[in-house]
Amino acid sequence: MARRETKDVPRAELREKARMIRREVLRLTDICGSGHYGSAFSIAELLAVLYYRFLQVDPQHPDWADRDRFTMGKGHAAIALYPVLADLGYFPRQDLDGYTRLGSPLGDHPDMRKVRGADFSSGSIGHNLSVSVGMALGLRHRGSPARVVCMMGDGEQAEGQIWEAAMAGAHWGLGNLVGIVDINAAGSDGYTQETLASEPLEDKWRAFGWDVVNLEDGHDLAQTSAALELALNGERDRPCCVLARTVAGKGVSFMEGGWQWHLGYLGPKDLERAYREVEAGEIG
Amino acid sequence: MTERNSYMDPSKRPQVDLSESTVGPDFDEKTWDMPGSLALSSQLTTGQVLCELAAEGRDDLVVCTADLARPTQVINFGKQYPDRLFNFGIAERNMIGAAAGLATTGLLPVISNYSFFLALMGLENIRDDICYPNLNVRMIGTHSGIAMGFYGTSHHSNEDIGALRTLANLTLMAPCDGNAIRAAFRSTLDHEGPIYFRAGRGREKPVYDAPPEWRIGGSNTLRGGSHATVLAVGNLVSAALEAADQLAGKGIELTVVDMYSIRPLDREAVRAAARQGVLFTAEEHNVTGGFGSAVAEVIADEGLGCRQVRIGLPDEYSLLGPPTHLYRHYGLDGDGVAATVRQTLKASH
Repeated sequence: MARRETKDVPRAELREKARMIRREVLRLTDICGSGHYGSAFSIAELLAVLYYRFLQVDPQHPDWADRDRFTMGKGHAAIALYPVLADLGYFPRQDLDGYTRLGSPLGDHPDMRKVRGADFSSGSIGHNLSVSVGMALGLRHRGSPARVVCMMGDGEQAEGQIWEAAMAGAHWGLGNLVGIVDINAAGSDGYTQETLASEPLEDKWRAFGWDVVNLEDGHDLAQTSAALELALNGERDRPCCVLARTVAGKGVSFMEGGWQWHLGYLGPKDLERAYREVEAGEIG
Repeated sequence: MTERNSYMDPSKRPQVDLSESTVGPDFDEKTWDMPGSLALSSQLTTGQVLCELAAEGRDDLVVCTADLARPTQVINFGKQYPDRLFNFGIAERNMIGAAAGLATTGLLPVISNYSFFLALMGLENIRDDICYPNLNVRMIGTHSGIAMGFYGTSHHSNEDIGALRTLANLTLMAPCDGNAIRAAFRSTLDHEGPIYFRAGRGREKPVYDAPPEWRIGGSNTLRGGSHATVLAVGNLVSAALEAADQLAGKGIELTVVDMYSIRPLDREAVRAAARQGVLFTAEEHNVTGGFGSAVAEVIADEGLGCRQVRIGLPDEYSLLGPPTHLYRHYGLDGDGVAATVRQTLKASH
């Protein structure tokens, strides 16, 4: 896989992007009256580093054939993606204000036919790695330098189709395919390991023929950048999976590490507390 | 050298490569293996059509299958264009999702698989990954209905029309033989959106001796008669033609229409049939929710006020047995259709 340009973005700027994501997640959830805080906050740094440093995309030409692709296997975290797409200029920031309102393009899960910049639609867990395999195959077939990144959850690893896709990616030696597993340990019914244990993930992905990059702290911007550099720009003839250890609800003290905030809503007082913490937070 | 069965003779079945056969000339003439068996499915022309299209410059065509490139005959495309056939192994859902991904890169993926593993097992993926994003994917579900015979009920696909015709954005068509498959692929190649072609096992009695007229929402009237109309799909088109031949000598003249476009349906053909009185629908599918139900919706919607007799499989799981025996048992051959038509018309006079 050819190395593609990486932007040198100051850490403070990336930290501000992650803060912007969290701020918007709070605001949009408030508009909707319900939202996935836990899994949106856990990927804020990952999204910031991916979109502002690594992904080769052109918001003015969202269908550019050689753009890198990003698919959201954990589609319920789309609320974290929309602010990034708006910030990059795919659509006006005001569009965020109508989040989930009748007729809005922006729902709890992404829709590629409604949201400029969304490379695929998702919602049903476990599909997008397969889609990404197809994208990577097609791009390679066409001689494109583009890379495909699929963001998955650790709960999503319970879907059998993930492993069908993992086998296929290894079978075809898709060096242009990168999976990220956001290991925030939380799901709807409790902690992933208790609901249905997905660990040890490293052994599993390696056994399925993938390179593995361990990211010990998916909120540390330097670590995250280094891990994605390895995964996206390494010379490889097989796909690569980044196992990102993250914290569900990261950035808001009373949410951090609790599965209970997988889905929730904050009343005015707690919303104010959460905003304050996000603004004051120096994550990364 | 013992004379071989006709299906083992490459000159009679030129499309199938028998070089992989392990059956030598010293074997008993009734001995057969996989390549020999494939020679029976001469109506599965998908691989040939795709080869022709590729040779004509359609570089965007790629084929996806799940360990069924041989039985569905697209192996013929893979032999000529090995870098354009993606075999996903027995992982149908992954294959469907990946086909969607391939489509987003500007390729035109053609999925070739058994219908029960594609339409029934993969229904959610067809819905979420292909139809909801309205992607250009062509699906050809073969071995539909009870064509798999003694392989058993798990391998019968009598629910696929019912399931698929509820999917928005999806065009659903049923080519009834090899020439119809040719026409179906070529005529709809540049259609924007997903298309599912429901095909048989490839051992059907041919209906067309050349690729017929074919359009989305169309139908082909193959026989004109004034007493009643049989609107048929798939295998039942040839059965209906046989029935028409039988009944012609007995004073009943049937109109027979190949209603290859199940969704959208040719509503004008239904109106015309309704004007003739009793209307018959015929399909190799559960009578509940399938093609006959689609026709019934038109009759009700438009207040056509005619009687409809649905010829198809009863609303239960099908028996196993040799396919020809099954068709006979369920009245889905020429004799069966003729008997149903005769009895119905007799009773209504």
